[in-house]
Amino acid sequence: MSIRIDREKCIGCGQCVEICPGTLIHTKEHKAFMRYPMECWGCVSCVKQCPVHAISLYLGADIGGAGSQMTVRKQENLLHWTVNRPDGTEEIITVDSRDANQY
Amino acid sequence: MPVETIQLETDILILGGGAAGCYAAITLHEKAPEAKVLILEKANITRSGCLAAGVNALNAYIVPGKTPEFYVDYAKKDAHGIVREDLLLSMSKRLNKVTQHLEQFGLVILKDAEGNYVTRGNRNIKINGENIKPILAQAVAECPNVTVMNHVNAVDYIIKDNRIIGVFANAVLEEKLYVIRCKACICATGGAAGLYRPNNPGFSRHKMWYPPFNTGAGYAMGIRAGAEMTTFEMRFIALRCKDTIAPTGTLAQGVGAKQVNANGEVYEQKYGLTTSQRVYGTVMENREGRGPCYLRTKGITTEQADSLKRAYLNMAPSQTLKWLENGSSPDEENVEIEGTEPYIIGGHTASGYWVDSNRMSTIDGLFAAGDVAGGSPQKYVTGALAEGEIAAEAAVKYVNCKLEEIPDNYVKRQETVIRHYFTNTSLFTTEQLEEAMQGVMDRYAGGISTDYGFTESGLDIADQKIRRLIALSKNIPVSDMQELTRLFELKERLLVCRVVIAHLAERKETRWHCFAENLDHPEADDSWLHYVNSRYENGEIHMLHRELTGRYEAYEHTH
Repeated sequence: MSIRIDREKCIGCGQCVEICPGTLIHTKEHKAFMRYPMECWGCVSCVKQCPVHAISLYLGADIGGAGSQMTVRKQENLLHWTVNRPDGTEEIITVDSRDANQY
Repeated sequence: MPVETIQLETDILILGGGAAGCYAAITLHEKAPEAKVLILEKANITRSGCLAAGVNALNAYIVPGKTPEFYVDYAKKDAHGIVREDLLLSMSKRLNKVTQHLEQFGLVILKDAEGNYVTRGNRNIKINGENIKPILAQAVAECPNVTVMNHVNAVDYIIKDNRIIGVFANAVLEEKLYVIRCKACICATGGAAGLYRPNNPGFSRHKMWYPPFNTGAGYAMGIRAGAEMTTFEMRFIALRCKDTIAPTGTLAQGVGAKQVNANGEVYEQKYGLTTSQRVYGTVMENREGRGPCYLRTKGITTEQADSLKRAYLNMAPSQTLKWLENGSSPDEENVEIEGTEPYIIGGHTASGYWVDSNRMSTIDGLFAAGDVAGGSPQKYVTGALAEGEIAAEAAVKYVNCKLEEIPDNYVKRQETVIRHYFTNTSLFTTEQLEEAMQGVMDRYAGGISTDYGFTESGLDIADQKIRRLIALSKNIPVSDMQELTRLFELKERLLVCRVVIAHLAERKETRWHCFAENLDHPEADDSWLHYVNSRYENGEIHMLHRELTGRYEAYEHTH
């Protein structure tokens, strides 16, 4: 279970370092990097926090991951969750934070 | 590496800014706005503890037509009789009030046209809890008498004459040792994950259900200080979606998905419906060649499937990622399930501090709330809040006490201990010893590889091996404060393992399948209808038995 940080997009603001519940992310040369990739819980706190959407979640191959990456973009009350597959296709699910789970 | 020592003081110290800790702080603001309150949080309270990713139901709620006594009955039955009914009742009476409070803080709760909460089964209500932790953190930020120190990890209590007078803590990202004096302390550090080899021990080893960052710190500090602990033999094993280890309640209760084996047969009725029996049934179906097992979601509507994908994004997004990545959907494919490795966690089972009615431990002024407090299972989120509230109300009485001085030699000794780790040498690393510990627990103390079963001979081996790992852990070198924190976490886990082993060996029956599958004593035996407790003294664990407490009795420590 881990995250990927896009070095090109990262602005080195350190918000992911601050928010990660395992303090697994550090910064080096003004860029965030995952110091402990095998210790990621997959909670996506950093993915939600990153102001420039540089962080994505992926599933390790050992738990069936096939290379897709998930990001989330916040727009007022809406969370737009995007999955980008390795074949270039994309799927978006939008969740309104004012709506409760129906199940 | 030079580590600076910083002395602080507060009236009430809260360890851990998860659900219970945050709510204790909010309660202290209401009941004692003049009291100085300090929360120490290992990460950042905005996204720490069990609720970092969110949660999509409140599983402990008294729905219309039901009573707090009904909830106590449920929890007692699920734990096959070994609960503190007094604790469960006082918690249950507060569940709805804390829920209303959460709604006032901004939590979205599903309501019907008349404005009543929509229930899920007999005890649950539906929410959007993606942001429950930021909501709680915001409520704490609005309490002017509460200070939060993020990235500070408590490592030991300072005790004088069986009374807590302070805490030692390390900064995680800076070279700082804190010595914090307090009048009372509320421990809310959560339970312990990572004791046993997890489902996926490689790259995804932390893709577990319980937070891997809950390392049993509060248990270990209490054990070292000689606090009495209870029911560590009642481990918790969760039945979860395979690979992602995502919760299954939304499928089982939300869309009524039944547990089926590979032949499509519903097997859950065969083994019983308590939490431990549901895990056991799945183990047995696999063992007898009818696996893998699934939750039968095939046939639900497309609309339900879409709604489930959204629901999982609010608590376990990896499950939705898995569906989308594979182009699959729960209406077309059943969801494979598996049992997790065992956890020690007082919020689901009953392991933790032995507390009185006020949630005070056997150490004067030291309270426990949430997963770290024993005797009261099925707490879930709202029960943790209720316990935070009860503990905080009782801790208020300590605000007018005097702060005690911390003797200089205590501080010097702690400084020496820390310095020592920076100059250590060893062939081994923290990570290697952690892997070794998990392997020992898995093989000899009832992990996944033995279908959770253990024997007394195996437990003896486990105990010897864990003691050896404890000895080795003393020489592990560290390079910075974060590595030091990880080493302390390993040491906490190793000590918790010792207590788990001692408790598993003590209860000579199988009251809970899987949770404590004693292969030497495979049947339940009602002569064991009492609590198994322990106390650590001079490096050894002493076991004691206590009679069950009735629900209308107030329990006070008599030491």
